[in-house]
Amino acid sequence: MNALHAFVEGIGVWSATLADFAALKAQERGESVAAPPARPPASMLPASERRRAPESVLLAVEVASQAVAMSGREAGELPCVFSSAYGDQLISDYMCATLAQAPTELSPTRFHNSVHNAPAGYWTIATGCHAPSSAITAGHASFGAGLLEAASLCITEQQPVLLVCSDIAGHGPIGEMSGSQAAFGCALVLSPQAGERSLMRLDLTLEPHAGSMLHPAPRTGAWQEANPTASAAWSLMQNLVRGSGECTVAAAETLALRIVMETSA
Amino acid sequence: MPVPIQPLAVSAYTVTSALGHGLESHVAALSATRGGLRQNDFSSAPLACWIGRVDGVEDAALPAAHAVWECRNNRLAWLGLHQDRFLERALDVRQRYGAARVALVLGTSTASIGATEEAYRRLDDEGHMPPDLRRPLIHAPHSLAGFVAEALGLEGPCLTVSTACSSSAKVFANAERLIQLGLADAAVVGGVDTLCDSVLFGFNALELVSPEPCRPFDQARRGISIGEAAGFALLERVGMAPHAPRLLGYGESSDAHHMSTPHPEGLGAELALRDALARANLHADQVDYINLHGTASLKNDEVEAALVTRAFPTTTRASSTKGFTGHTLGAAGILEAAFALQAIERGLVPANLGCTTPDRACGPQFALEVEQRAIDVALSNSFGFGGNNACLAFGRAPA
Repeated sequence: MNALHAFVEGIGVWSATLADFAALKAQERGESVAAPPARPPASMLPASERRRAPESVLLAVEVASQAVAMSGREAGELPCVFSSAYGDQLISDYMCATLAQAPTELSPTRFHNSVHNAPAGYWTIATGCHAPSSAITAGHASFGAGLLEAASLCITEQQPVLLVCSDIAGHGPIGEMSGSQAAFGCALVLSPQAGERSLMRLDLTLEPHAGSMLHPAPRTGAWQEANPTASAAWSLMQNLVRGSGECTVAAAETLALRIVMETSA
Repeated sequence: MPVPIQPLAVSAYTVTSALGHGLESHVAALSATRGGLRQNDFSSAPLACWIGRVDGVEDAALPAAHAVWECRNNRLAWLGLHQDRFLERALDVRQRYGAARVALVLGTSTASIGATEEAYRRLDDEGHMPPDLRRPLIHAPHSLAGFVAEALGLEGPCLTVSTACSSSAKVFANAERLIQLGLADAAVVGGVDTLCDSVLFGFNALELVSPEPCRPFDQARRGISIGEAAGFALLERVGMAPHAPRLLGYGESSDAHHMSTPHPEGLGAELALRDALARANLHADQVDYINLHGTASLKNDEVEAALVTRAFPTTTRASSTKGFTGHTLGAAGILEAAFALQAIERGLVPANLGCTTPDRACGPQFALEVEQRAIDVALSNSFGFGGNNACLAFGRAPA
């Protein structure tokens, strides 16, 4: 198998301590950065939607907006892939609790917001995007599988693609199962060709039967371990800050995705 | 417009739904226009509606080696894998290409949320899940594909697509991309969704559930009947199975209109259709049969009927099979892809069960009764919440 090549044109990041990619770069330089507001601003959403939208949607839309703004692309023209290990765990907790007690009182709005593709739905509605949109999950490999899917779409369709990977903190009994204790999202705009907007080039290669290599490292207490997307994406995020480097992420249970990054000339 | 794809062979496929286990029971029911809906005997609290429930799911216990994945949705997956020798065919493909060269892409809307619901009904005094359900893997949306990957021993790219009711149609597109790029030599695609309180009471809250068996495209339709199903298909390059029916194309689009209501002019549905035809290198007048999304919701059927009427000649036949199976949500794509494939392989155009007085938007394309005729090209429509649309194009292998 030959490597897939894709060019990064935009990057979005959000966590409780990082408002965007600039903040991440500053933090990696050792500077102190101001914490963002508690709710991701998600200013791309109309005000009425922003008030109604669940946290999972605000987070995904926020990082998507950042990446698209950096790329200078038209949001409505980008096919998009939204990846999340657990989807909206707050709504899952609400729904399961309500169904256990008073099932006929279930909120219709929360139900339609519970679909895994709610962020993709809100995003395409807000941006007038008629291009294909997808919502995927792959357990602890959700970040790598999302990157592989976005790169595949980008290269087969020969057009730029938006990738959004995010998970919110869990809550209640289902939160105990996910172990997700913090919110984190990141987004990339990937293009099949090098151009004026290219920031870095990614060479992606699958490495099969990599089971032992993909076992999680011993926990160090680092903050990103509290979120499945953050822990999977963190090595790539650091390379994005540097503009180069190599890392390996899980694309499936025993399938590794090797990501070699070079600064785009 | 997209460029045409190289067709892929659908070298094996199977479905299990309220109509029975495996393809033969489905063909028998469709041929006799015998529906599979029953009065709701499933939800944890009473709800007057009709459902498409699969018999025997409760008895399909997983082998001890896979016990960590135990839940009703994975039992339905396991039951489904055993029909039409699909499990053996999949293991044969793994043997032929190697475990890492076979992709697995499955669609589901609710995965095993039914197990999470049960855990919440049985919380202990301190509010924790009961010990037998403290299994994190089944409380995540990847539960289905995680289980099937382990059961089939597949180690290639593995993905769950969860875009509501288009989920297991879109998996064909994901798989085609992976094979086209050489990231896999073959793919197991499909989907499984089981009945659960979330969807029964959720669609009820949206006032979309019919109190009677659903009647797609009928003027007097009153909403959907929810069903459950499992289905799987094997995709390979055509040289490996030259006589098998083929995936000719697929189209995907977004409505950009509303979270739970389709675009009033069917804009996204038509984009997905045009995209699928372009990828399949087909014109609308070459389409012999369309298995419609046809949920029996007021809005979907009106919009979809108008699209069929304006986009296809009178020679194209069209029907919704949801009157037989109910709306199987994330499994609808694969179930109805199998009906499109059976239309090609058996010349079987299913009746639009439940429709006696068609909506005024319906044209002469609608097949109200079962028909036997040669079908060379068949489409399948699947549209989901969030305005997520997919259209699949299948065709007969050249003689």
